Amino acid sequence: MAMNYNAKDEVDGGPPCPPGGTAKTRRPDNTAFKQQRLPAWQPILTAGTVLPTFFIIGLIFIPIGIGIFVTSNNIREIEGNVFMYYGLSNFYQNHRRYVKSRDDGQLNGDPSALLNPSKECEPYRRNEDKPIAPCGAIANSMFNDTLELFQVGNASDLMPITLKKKGIAWWTDKNVKFRNPPGTDPLEERFKGTTKPVNWVKPVYMLDSDEDNNGFINEDFIVWMRTAALPTFRKLYRLIERKNDLHPTLPAGRYYLNITYNYPVHSFDGRKRMILSTISWMGGKNPFLGIAYITIGSISFLLGVVLLVINHKYRNSSNTADITI
Amino acid sequence: MRKEGKKRRKRKEDKKRVVVSNLLFERWAHKENPNRHYRGNQIKTSKYTVLSFIPKNIFEQLHRFANFYFVGIVVLNFIPVLNAFQPEVSVIPICIILAVTAIKDAWEDLRRYKSDKVINSRECLVYSRKEQSYVQKCWKDVRVGDFIQMQCNEIIPADILLLFSSDPSGVCHLETANLDGETNLKQRRVVKGFSQQEVQFQPEHFHNTIVCEKPNNHLNKFKGYMEHPDQTRTGFGSESLLLRGCTIRNTEVAVGIVIYTGHETKAMLNNSGPRYKRSQIERRMNRDIFSCIGILFLMCLIGAVGHGLWNGTFTEHPPFDVPDAKGNYLPLALGGFYMFLTMIILLQILIPISLYVSIELVKLGQVFFLHNDLDLYDEETDLSIQCRALNITEDLGQIQYIFSDKTGTLTENKMVFRRCTIMGHEYSHQENAKRLETPKELDSDSEEWTQYRCLSFPARRDQGPAAMRGQGGSQPLRRSQSARVPIQGHSRQRSMGRCEISQPSVAFSSSIEKDVTPDKNLLSKVRDGALWLETLSDGRTPKPSLATASSIADFFLALTICNSVMVSTTTEPRQRVTMPPSTKALGTSLEKIQQLFHRLKLSSLSQSFSSTAPSDMDLGESLGANIPTTDSEERDDGSVCSGGYSTDGGYKSSTWEQGDILEAGPGASLEEVLQAPALSLAGPELCYEAESPDEAALVHAAHAYSFTLVSRTPEQVTVRLPQGTCLTFDVLCTLEFDSVRKRMSVVVRHPLTGEIIVYTKGADCVIMDLLEDPGCMTDSDVEKKMRKIRARTQRHLDLYARDGLRTLCIAKKVLSEEDFRRWASFRREAEASLNNRDELLMETAQHLENQLTLLGATGIEDRLQEGVPDTIAALREAGIQLWVLTGDKQETAVNIAYACRLLDQTDTVYSINTENQETCDSILNLALEEVKQCHGPLKPGGKLSGFRLPSATPPPTSGAAAPDVGLVIDGKTLNAIFQGKLEEKFLELTRYCRSVLCCRFTPLQKSMLVKLVRDRLRAMTLSIGDGANDVSMIQAADIGIGISGQEGMQAVMSSDFAISRFRHLKKLLLVHGHWCYSRLARMVVYYFYKNVCYVSLLFWYQFFCGFSGSTMIDYWQLIFFNLFFTSLPPLVFGVLDKDISMETLLALPELYKSGQNSECYNLLTFWISMADAFYQSLVCFFIPYLTYKDSDIDVFTFGTPINTISLATILLHQAMEMKTWTIIHGLVLAGSFLMYFAVSLAYNAICVTCNSPTNPYWVMEGQLSDPTFYLVCFLTPAVALLPRYFFLTLQGTYGKSPILRAQKIDRLPVDKRELEIQSWRSRQRPATIPGEAHPTNHLGSPTSGQSFRSSTPKNLSPAERRYKEDWVLPGERCSRDHTRDDPYSGDSWAKFSSGEHLLLEPSRTMASGQTNSNWPFSRGSHRRSQSSLTI
Repeated sequence: MAMNYNAKDEVDGGPPCPPGGTAKTRRPDNTAFKQQRLPAWQPILTAGTVLPTFFIIGLIFIPIGIGIFVTSNNIREIEGNVFMYYGLSNFYQNHRRYVKSRDDGQLNGDPSALLNPSKECEPYRRNEDKPIAPCGAIANSMFNDTLELFQVGNASDLMPITLKKKGIAWWTDKNVKFRNPPGTDPLEERFKGTTKPVNWVKPVYMLDSDEDNNGFINEDFIVWMRTAALPTFRKLYRLIERKNDLHPTLPAGRYYLNITYNYPVHSFDGRKRMILSTISWMGGKNPFLGIAYITIGSISFLLGVVLLVINHKYRNSSNTADITI
Repeated sequence: MRKEGKKRRKRKEDKKRVVVSNLLFERWAHKENPNRHYRGNQIKTSKYTVLSFIPKNIFEQLHRFANFYFVGIVVLNFIPVLNAFQPEVSVIPICIILAVTAIKDAWEDLRRYKSDKVINSRECLVYSRKEQSYVQKCWKDVRVGDFIQMQCNEIIPADILLLFSSDPSGVCHLETANLDGETNLKQRRVVKGFSQQEVQFQPEHFHNTIVCEKPNNHLNKFKGYMEHPDQTRTGFGSESLLLRGCTIRNTEVAVGIVIYTGHETKAMLNNSGPRYKRSQIERRMNRDIFSCIGILFLMCLIGAVGHGLWNGTFTEHPPFDVPDAKGNYLPLALGGFYMFLTMIILLQILIPISLYVSIELVKLGQVFFLHNDLDLYDEETDLSIQCRALNITEDLGQIQYIFSDKTGTLTENKMVFRRCTIMGHEYSHQENAKRLETPKELDSDSEEWTQYRCLSFPARRDQGPAAMRGQGGSQPLRRSQSARVPIQGHSRQRSMGRCEISQPSVAFSSSIEKDVTPDKNLLSKVRDGALWLETLSDGRTPKPSLATASSIADFFLALTICNSVMVSTTTEPRQRVTMPPSTKALGTSLEKIQQLFHRLKLSSLSQSFSSTAPSDMDLGESLGANIPTTDSEERDDGSVCSGGYSTDGGYKSSTWEQGDILEAGPGASLEEVLQAPALSLAGPELCYEAESPDEAALVHAAHAYSFTLVSRTPEQVTVRLPQGTCLTFDVLCTLEFDSVRKRMSVVVRHPLTGEIIVYTKGADCVIMDLLEDPGCMTDSDVEKKMRKIRARTQRHLDLYARDGLRTLCIAKKVLSEEDFRRWASFRREAEASLNNRDELLMETAQHLENQLTLLGATGIEDRLQEGVPDTIAALREAGIQLWVLTGDKQETAVNIAYACRLLDQTDTVYSINTENQETCDSILNLALEEVKQCHGPLKPGGKLSGFRLPSATPPPTSGAAAPDVGLVIDGKTLNAIFQGKLEEKFLELTRYCRSVLCCRFTPLQKSMLVKLVRDRLRAMTLSIGDGANDVSMIQAADIGIGISGQEGMQAVMSSDFAISRFRHLKKLLLVHGHWCYSRLARMVVYYFYKNVCYVSLLFWYQFFCGFSGSTMIDYWQLIFFNLFFTSLPPLVFGVLDKDISMETLLALPELYKSGQNSECYNLLTFWISMADAFYQSLVCFFIPYLTYKDSDIDVFTFGTPINTISLATILLHQAMEMKTWTIIHGLVLAGSFLMYFAVSLAYNAICVTCNSPTNPYWVMEGQLSDPTFYLVCFLTPAVALLPRYFFLTLQGTYGKSPILRAQKIDRLPVDKRELEIQSWRSRQRPATIPGEAHPTNHLGSPTSGQSFRSSTPKNLSPAERRYKEDWVLPGERCSRDHTRDDPYSGDSWAKFSSGEHLLLEPSRTMASGQTNSNWPFSRGSHRRSQSSLTI
């Protein structure tokens, strides 16, 4: 194309710029971009070109779906690490005002926020002129039932199962986001001047005897503070670690669950659950993804076949005229 | 003095401005100066100052409804009960939007400020009493009442009343190019009483008081008077006012007093800002925004009600129901209401906040590409398209009606003298016609040309070589013209005051206009006439046998004198020739005389000169040809005035050879011979500066017959006669041309006879009515002769008009001294009056211009612009109805219409010319009935859902059987239609018409018609024109296009787009219009989709959070999503996407119809995309929901995959919408996606507590290490897009829309593509019409030009053959190369239509004859139908 322009210029009176080169013309640049002639690819979706896509989707999705489905169904065997959850239903932890009723600054150990919590915590900000630590509705409504699991032995004796408290919260939450107020004093000193949330029995520095799991970095507390996305949810309560490779973590047998009932749920017509589960590479048991993959893969494959037929018929019917139109 | 000052101040109150000299007050305190109340000369076009920018800009931006809406929502968000987001954060988007706009505004304002500063600090000379001389001052320091001295080529700093000019006659010349683009010089006169100054003007002696109008914006209206110290008054008008921004030319020094300054100058008052129009897409968009508001309200209502219901299910307050700060809970209803407002805040993005900004940016991009299109660039004027309205680019793609001016728009407005009739004798000027065709013909196809000429004019064969010489010579001339330095300061600045000093140029004097080849027959008679004039000087009474000769002499004298043409030289600065040039002969060098002798000798030897006295002009020209140095010099100058005498010299001498020369006067002595060339040496340097092209053409024509206008002053005109003698006429009065009178007159005193003669020139219809009544004649012989002359002249005029020539009648009248004196005093009275001066002047003109004697008439050709027929054909094919509205005569207009293929020979043409309403009604009924018979009724409902052209719905009978219909009406008929309320019928008839031609329209009627079509048919209209008379039409239409041609800049100033050539319209509409429309339309639809799709996600979540207005996505991410991650791809899409390539669009104009029918963006596409958006958002929400149901997922961890999925879906959706993928598209899409991850990762890693109270800390990182996330992200977009993908595939496979077919054609290799396009076109226009009968219908001929030629029947003339090939060309011209290589294809048309009218006639009748035999319904030729309907 550039050639043509040059040829034209010659006919029409020399190059656009006189030899001096000083004359400024308003002639636009003849570049591919400015003339909108960039090399381009113009795909058109027709049965012929699209066919492979559908088959590929089908061929990829169906195996994936089967894989997920199988994995998900295998989860029931209680082997490996067993996760102990408590579940609540109809508890709207995602309520707009509830979600905001916290002070991350305070939870992060900011001394000023500790004594002067954010306004977002209202009306759980101060109690009897003392700042509440941790403030806000979320902390106030923390789940405080205690669950204990026992294996019923041969002689009906109860053998307690070791439930691990640590490692149930996100590492970053425990180590970065949640921090106790700074200092080397005992926790009680560091929380001095604050008061416990209204609903709590004990102040925050007495949640656990272990210094590493006490105060704001108590993992039960951290888990609760990570508000659930949906009204029916479960939260990780304890870990049951496998002892060795040979035995299942929880062998078949009778178990005894001891619940210390503290947490009322009738106000929101809720239910409480305890779930024991293992986790595969893709999380807990949920057959949905597998089924979805298989379904979509199949549909896609089917559509591919339909298009194949269409393409075949179309080509036959239109080969008398030109193919493209 | 003090008392006087007080009086002044009092008088300031009324409607006058009083100005006195500042010098009187220079030593006094400032407050004593009565002029101090007037504003200074400083201009300020910038809107803001540093301090006022922020408040003022924000205030202005809030006038936009959208901005106001979003600010309102932000304010709502600050109410604690309602806030859905952190209030501080929710301010961000609107701030960014406002900031982007503010930055744009600030940048524009800064540019204005800078240019203001440059202008304000320009320097000029102001008189200072202290220095007793003129001192340098800045423009901004000039005050009202200052005396300013201006030099040649200086720009005038303010509106100044001219008091002194170095020109002895008190004239100062102005170039107003900066004001109106007109490059011809205008005269300004010193105020009366100041003109006779021998010495330099003394400002200190100026004690007069000037009283004039308050500042107003009428450029050409100004009046006032000057009160002398002795209480006498002198009036003055706009002819003494020097306007700011103009340039002084041809005058060494001018002095004046400042009257208006700065913003009060007429130029500044005239300078309105850019125009704001709302495009159709924007109007439709606003409608859909209301739909969105409806959806939004519905959602919010659901939220409010849901919230109430949900709250009602609890008997006591659950722990997650947080009371307010005081521990109180809201009552249910109030809670619901608050929730409603909260939901509005939450879902606000449903109304796309960034859509307006995005559209503006996209349009800027589109305008950028428009500006940069090489095809819309005109080399000659060095102008590309100018987009003056930035916001209606997409309307270019939806035009249904084009209203076009004829002169200067379809035609070049380069007037060429073609033929004339004198005293009833027609002089056809065959040679001249030949010459007009030659140069271009030679360039394109010389061989065929020769062949053609031999066939049609065997008699001319012997002259062939001579003609060829002439042609050969004119080639380099053409070249020099096209290579000339670009001129015409079409400055695009807003301010009139800003002007660059542009090179002066002379309008209306291209070579084609200058050279006129005289008619041999007439030439001989002219000699007679000239001789007769000579005899006058001898004092002898003219012989009666020489009556014709005298008329001819009069005719040419009238051509030469009766105009306002200025004579100047080409030297820089242009000097006006005001002295008779005889004195210049002294300067002739010896060398030249020697050369002349040499040549004389040679020619007398080699050529058979029968006379000793050759024409001076002739000699001069041949002399000129022999002096290469002068010649090349002039060519280097690049001046258009370096006339073609060198080229024509050879040609003319060969003409003389034929022995056509008569005997020259016996008194031709050697002296005269010597002097003559000297005179003509000066001659070629003469430049004619005309106000209108017609005038220039006539003067050049007279020049060709050796009646040369040598000089002109307001008082005197000097004409050189063929014999070389110069006659100086005293100009007693000049009645300028105006559009009401349609004529101009000059009153001169004949130097030889002493008679007072009125020469009048004007439109034939006017002049014919003003002629003296032959019945009054005493002599019956004379009476008979006069009647005969009038009848014959009228016949010739009709003939000219049929040929598309512009006609002017020339008449004269001899006044007696007594009559003139009476009239002159009357005239003076009228001039002096201040009040109803215009009416009085008009009256005096009418008193003078009557009882005229007809001398003759001229036919001037206005050549069709290059590529006009091709463009019109393409636009027509694109389904655009083209109407031509012109002030010209009906015959002229009809013929131009045929020439540019607006009408076809086979068309049925209805002409309606009536003033009577009833007649008009019955004609309309008749025509409608007949048309309906042929075409079948129109499809109903067209008026409601966008008007569809009848051609789009072909009648159920056989496709092309019915002939197309054309309609011709005139201005009177339109009046009848409007008065008789016949608009409906008229419009109904026009809807059947292929084209409508409106003649004799006034500017007001033009705009009335445009408004009628725009409002009644609700059609998209476009007006295109070039002159001041088109301004109202341009402003009335949806899109106004101005052609920056020769007639000044008024049209351009009022237009939305300015192009330099009519043919640019083709690419502008068919390619850019289509692109802009389809890009923007699809972008808007996409934007709606995008926002609805995304916002719905939040809505679905409300069902799972107790309708509490909670979001699962962090607010920052929400903002980023809309502002950054998904905003760039639609922008790129809107600027760069091409659904169909330029070549295909040009080759298949039919594709334009998709824009006319609003196929890309209408109610259906909007709701389909809405439905799709809801579906996709459902998928994007519920697949993650089902996946994460009953797990320990937290809010943001749940939201992140949803966010990711919807981003992927939205971007992939965009990818499917894109028809063209360039590297930019790919990069932007991929970049957006990657940026999302990068920003999210960074934000989620850094923000531990930054966004209190909720932080998405480490969420993204957590998700990226979770396989489920990938599985969900992989699955969901596939599910969401599968239906659309499948649907698009089916559409792509089975779809029959032209757009889709064109896309498929685009993908083919080049050679195959052309084949496909041709077969498409042939199918589009089935060849039912046999080629012999209708040569014009071979539009879609599948054969190439070569093979077609071989199949052409032998009986067609070569001209027609060429003409056919042109028809085949459009198919091939699809590619840029072809268009470029064949620039003259359009011109063969002009030739065909105008030059070879003799050839055309038979073919036309033949066509019509066969038409009639083929179709009983057809009305055949245009003339036949006209007679049947004209009443």
